[in-house]
Amino acid sequence: MSDLAELRARFPAAFGLTTGQKLLRLLGAAAFVAWLAVLCVWFEITPARLGRGIGGLFVILRQMIPPSSGTQWQDILQGLAESVAMAFFGTVVAACFAFPLGFLGSRNVVMNWLAHFTIRRVFDGFRGVDQLIWALAFVRAVGLGPLAGVMAITAAEVFVLAKQFAEAIENADSRQPEAIVATGGTRLAVIRFGLLPQVLPVLLAQTLYAFESNTRSAAILGVVGAGGIGLQIAERIKVRYWSEVSFIIILILVTVALIDFLSARVRRRLIG
Amino acid sequence: MNASAIETAFRAQRRTKRLTALGGGALLLLCMLVSAWVAEAWPSSFIAGAPRVGEYLGKLIPDLRPAVLFAGTKTQGSLAYWMYRLDIWLWLLFETSQMAALATLLGASAALVLCFPAAANVAPNRATYVVFRRVLELFRCVPDIVYALILVWTFGVGPLAGILAIALHTTGALGKLFAEAAENADMRPWEGLRAVGANWVECVRFAMFPQVLPNFLSYVLLRFEINVRGATVIGFVGAGGIGQELYSVISFNYYQEIGAIVVLIVLAVSLIDLVSERLRTRAIGGEHRE
Repeated sequence: MSDLAELRARFPAAFGLTTGQKLLRLLGAAAFVAWLAVLCVWFEITPARLGRGIGGLFVILRQMIPPSSGTQWQDILQGLAESVAMAFFGTVVAACFAFPLGFLGSRNVVMNWLAHFTIRRVFDGFRGVDQLIWALAFVRAVGLGPLAGVMAITAAEVFVLAKQFAEAIENADSRQPEAIVATGGTRLAVIRFGLLPQVLPVLLAQTLYAFESNTRSAAILGVVGAGGIGLQIAERIKVRYWSEVSFIIILILVTVALIDFLSARVRRRLIG
Repeated sequence: MNASAIETAFRAQRRTKRLTALGGGALLLLCMLVSAWVAEAWPSSFIAGAPRVGEYLGKLIPDLRPAVLFAGTKTQGSLAYWMYRLDIWLWLLFETSQMAALATLLGASAALVLCFPAAANVAPNRATYVVFRRVLELFRCVPDIVYALILVWTFGVGPLAGILAIALHTTGALGKLFAEAAENADMRPWEGLRAVGANWVECVRFAMFPQVLPNFLSYVLLRFEINVRGATVIGFVGAGGIGQELYSVISFNYYQEIGAIVVLIVLAVSLIDLVSERLRTRAIGGEHRE
């Protein structure tokens, strides 16, 4: 027994937490609980309010079943087509803009450290602006409708794609560009024959991924008036046609799954 | 094989390649035309819209004069004049970040419960696995802003609706990532515990959880970054945070304020990303230390 006491004194860590560590954990837990309590008071999260809200939610869920298309199914289908078209057009235009920007932002094309850093930070800054903010601004600038949505998707996607393109180009094998330089190729020839054949499949795949993600986000741009199915869903929520809301949600899910499937097939063909 | 044969083969290959590229290009062009027609995005409307967009974005550029840049709130052209509501905006940004944090916590907790039955190797039987996977998919497929639109009805306008909306979407998104992380875990500790008679909950707690914890933490932090972005715009539908303020200044065309708030959002998001990235590397790094 005395051996154990001696061992405990020599290797305190082997016998579970020390008193100091226990105290620290307790303090951490207390701080966490206090943070939760403060947030609950601040955001007025009370059991009564939660109960009422969840009760209301169940009423809505019951009214959502069965889903029904309502009488304006033509508007719904048109909205859906609009969303997909907005996503496609916006993504392709964004990819066209992002293509030169990607080369500008990659370290193996623009060697200057300061220029590289500045360009990358500009991309990061614009990426911080959410698509919905762009959409709201473009709706104010060019009016309600899908055009504002296309512009929002393009504006938000350009900088995301530019960053991804730049990273893909930086990851390219440097031996092929070196071979072009060694045979006396110009800067443009280095990009065209040294880098482009390597990175083009990657860039196309990334653009397809962007299209998939934009199909999802184009479905909600209509909430702020930028066209597409989002407008239909927001309007039906405003007038509480819950069965039509669930119908549209299911329709969006099916469309997104379909686009993902098609896009995956195209991607396999492009890369493989 | 002589040189001319190689040359012919090269030409033939180049021709097929060019034809494929041409075909692909034509297909792309056709899709572009159709989508432009559906989305009403004609070159003419772009050309008509471009100057208005330029004008609008131009108005957002703050009116700053270098001579009086650091003067007080009363001087036009100073930073303080531009950011005259800085205290309110910073508080709203703090509120937004707290909304995102609470929503991430709620969503991650729910995902933690749902993810283990949704992992093929952990689920007690195939039916459980399929059901829980579908449930997570259901949560994930609806965007948080649509949840917010519905929840604003039942929970009232304010941050609570936004928090719950983001939490619901987070449950689905994290649940899937968690389940996949669990599927990649080593099963030998699990078999060991099974062999000494542990039940399912004990196996999850002592064989699975310690292995996947660093991965989970890293995913949670990544999701927190995404949720901060989401929380900045969830206020557009009345669900709290800086979005509500941004929505009203955009609606009233208060150009200087729009610029100021957007700059603040970008700065805040970058700052949170930076801190979270540090924490993420540490969370993953902890795996190797142990």
